Amino acid sequence: MSEQTRREMFCGIAAAMLSGTLLPAQQAEHIHHAVAEARANGKYAPKALTAHEYATLEHLSEIIIPGSAAAGAPAFIDFLCSVCDDMKDIFTGGIGWLDEQMGHRYQVAGFVDARPEQQTAMLDLIAYRKNASPELNPGIHFFDWARRMVVDGYYTSAAGFKEVGYMGNQGLSHFSVPQEPLQYALKRCPV
Amino acid sequence: MLQIIRSPQVFDVVVIGSGAGGGTAVKVLTDRGLNVALLEAGPMLHPGKDFKEHVLPWEVDHRGAGAHAEMYFGRTHWFGYWQAPNGFWEIPGEPYTVAPGSQFRWFRSRIVGGRTNHYGRISLRFADYDFQPEDGLSDPWPVTYEEMSPWYDKAEGFIGVTGTKEGLRTAPDGVFLPPVPPRVHEILIQRACKKLNIPCIPSRKAMLTKPLNGRPACHYCGQCGRGCIGGSAYSSAQAQVFPAMKSGRLTVITNAMARELIANDAGKVTAVSYVDKATRSEKQVRCKAVVVAGSTCESARLLLNSKSPRFPGGIANGSDMVGRNLTDSVGYALGGRIPALDGMPRYNSDGIEGMHVYIPWWLYGDKHKNFPRGYHIELGGGFHMPELGSFRGQCSHYEGYGQKLKDKIYEEYGASIGFSGRGEMIPNKKTWCEIDPQVVDQWGIPVLRFHFGWSDAEYNMVRHMEETFSSIIETLGGRVTRDLADPHRAISEGGTIIHEAGTVRMGNDPKTSVLNKYCQAHEVKNLFVADAAPFVSQPDKNVTLSIVAFSWRASEYLAEEMRKGNV
Repeated sequence: MSEQTRREMFCGIAAAMLSGTLLPAQQAEHIHHAVAEARANGKYAPKALTAHEYATLEHLSEIIIPGSAAAGAPAFIDFLCSVCDDMKDIFTGGIGWLDEQMGHRYQVAGFVDARPEQQTAMLDLIAYRKNASPELNPGIHFFDWARRMVVDGYYTSAAGFKEVGYMGNQGLSHFSVPQEPLQYALKRCPV
Repeated sequence: MLQIIRSPQVFDVVVIGSGAGGGTAVKVLTDRGLNVALLEAGPMLHPGKDFKEHVLPWEVDHRGAGAHAEMYFGRTHWFGYWQAPNGFWEIPGEPYTVAPGSQFRWFRSRIVGGRTNHYGRISLRFADYDFQPEDGLSDPWPVTYEEMSPWYDKAEGFIGVTGTKEGLRTAPDGVFLPPVPPRVHEILIQRACKKLNIPCIPSRKAMLTKPLNGRPACHYCGQCGRGCIGGSAYSSAQAQVFPAMKSGRLTVITNAMARELIANDAGKVTAVSYVDKATRSEKQVRCKAVVVAGSTCESARLLLNSKSPRFPGGIANGSDMVGRNLTDSVGYALGGRIPALDGMPRYNSDGIEGMHVYIPWWLYGDKHKNFPRGYHIELGGGFHMPELGSFRGQCSHYEGYGQKLKDKIYEEYGASIGFSGRGEMIPNKKTWCEIDPQVVDQWGIPVLRFHFGWSDAEYNMVRHMEETFSSIIETLGGRVTRDLADPHRAISEGGTIIHEAGTVRMGNDPKTSVLNKYCQAHEVKNLFVADAAPFVSQPDKNVTLSIVAFSWRASEYLAEEMRKGNV
């Protein structure tokens, strides 16, 4: 879509909102996709993390939720790091810890430089609370944040909505429940 | 000497506050041909600009976390980024204090429409026994259900409320719009309730399932809490204030923080003094009568701060009852996952926000329970729009990563249900508010100090809620997602259910009440209060519909008394 068309559409949305009229759901949908498309097409330039940190985050994101990097989860996390020092400390600190651990264990420059099986061996340690130990706790704490934020970033993207099957945010003239999900649940329900 | 700018015009009525009470008052009073000024402490509302009704998370860089990721660090002073511009738990420059040993949080709205821009729209009539308690544990109201019923008819007929006739004493029937059909999880809950002998009936919510009074019917996007741009969900701004502005008889004064009601030697209010927040200047608007509807505690604060030689303890407060009798609803919530819903085929379950069916109180008069009053139950569940934190539970429970985690999230999306109890707190001597003798806000207006305490009546009720919610979840083959808790810790903190009531209560005896049965001050004939402050008790039925009904009745009475020359 051209920049001109997109601008016209946004003007349309603004006018519709100011006059208090409702936007046809189809048009709204179109605009949402346009925004997503614009975001996806431009390569995101990190605002808070270094190029190395951001590349590590992208890699980690893809392992945690396949498809999440393209859906913008790393960009979402970097953006929050750029507006919140506490968030930034969690991610720069966590990535630094991870790189140091990988260097120590596998004599590599950092997490992204290790072989895939070395990466998953490390993550399998820090992805579970049951492995808590003074040595691993900083990594477990970081991974909990990373997983939480990647999941948040992915499922609040257009791709995440599609993956989980969210069908709402439509304009309907009446509400009704289809038979298929109802029968599915009733068959499985003890009462 | 402080310069005060006085309005040249004398308004028939000044209404203070633009929520359900103030909005209803300006509608009724302007309909009756009176010239009205409306003071609102916050800005004008622009629904098309202010409401984020159809905005998707990825259209915002922070996806709803807040401009500085506040959500992730528990630093939010609001309900969340997406919610209607509405109010705050803490407002810079406008403090309140809490007495040692008490816990209380005070939610304040500062915008035209107040809390009605976002509230749950649950619209329940109080029952006959709510007005005239048979157990003697709280004082009777100066009105009966029979007297109020026609005013509920007017309120429901105007704001539009869904529902069905059920013939229950605990949930009196009203003038209803068609209900919205139950969602899958709600049909399951109805089955469990049938087995447990608990009623579960169509919701009574102020959402239009048919066009009404120029407002369009709902389009079932489920985002009512974000504010409804078209106005299908009731908000006093859209349903009452904006139409009243078109009458030419309403002057809206925004960013006007009321400081004091000015009374003359005869004991009548002649003007309202307020701070124009934009210019930090002191202004007065003159009037023949005033309707105070600033929210329960703000209204008490304004009366207490309006001191004069004639009213040394605050205007209309000869009874010393202003600030006393404060209550909030008892709140408790519990959720569970229902395996029958795992992996269910997807459908659009948005509907109207919140529940399409609810559980009214069902044990009135039961002698076996160990708490006196009742509660209703609100239900949650369905395929909500994913948002930040939607799958925190799965991350925390299953841990790990990769396709396995993705699969778990797919399977359990929409498979959880939740229950919130909203119960009656009995007024007690430990719970009240007063003017803090030492603290003022940024304009020098003395602030409120809160005292709050629950009693065993409420703690025992919370235990009962927990047992009920667990039994419904387990009847459905579900697993409660949290251990049973100590009611002393599980009960909501005072103020956090945002149903404050009772600080300027009505009654027949001027020695024990501030207002008469028409919400008119016993001591000041041209002073009315029209929010939940006049309420004598806190029935287990959210207060908004009753605020509209009582404000409507008070406003009609005021207009009639003015016509007769009595005010």
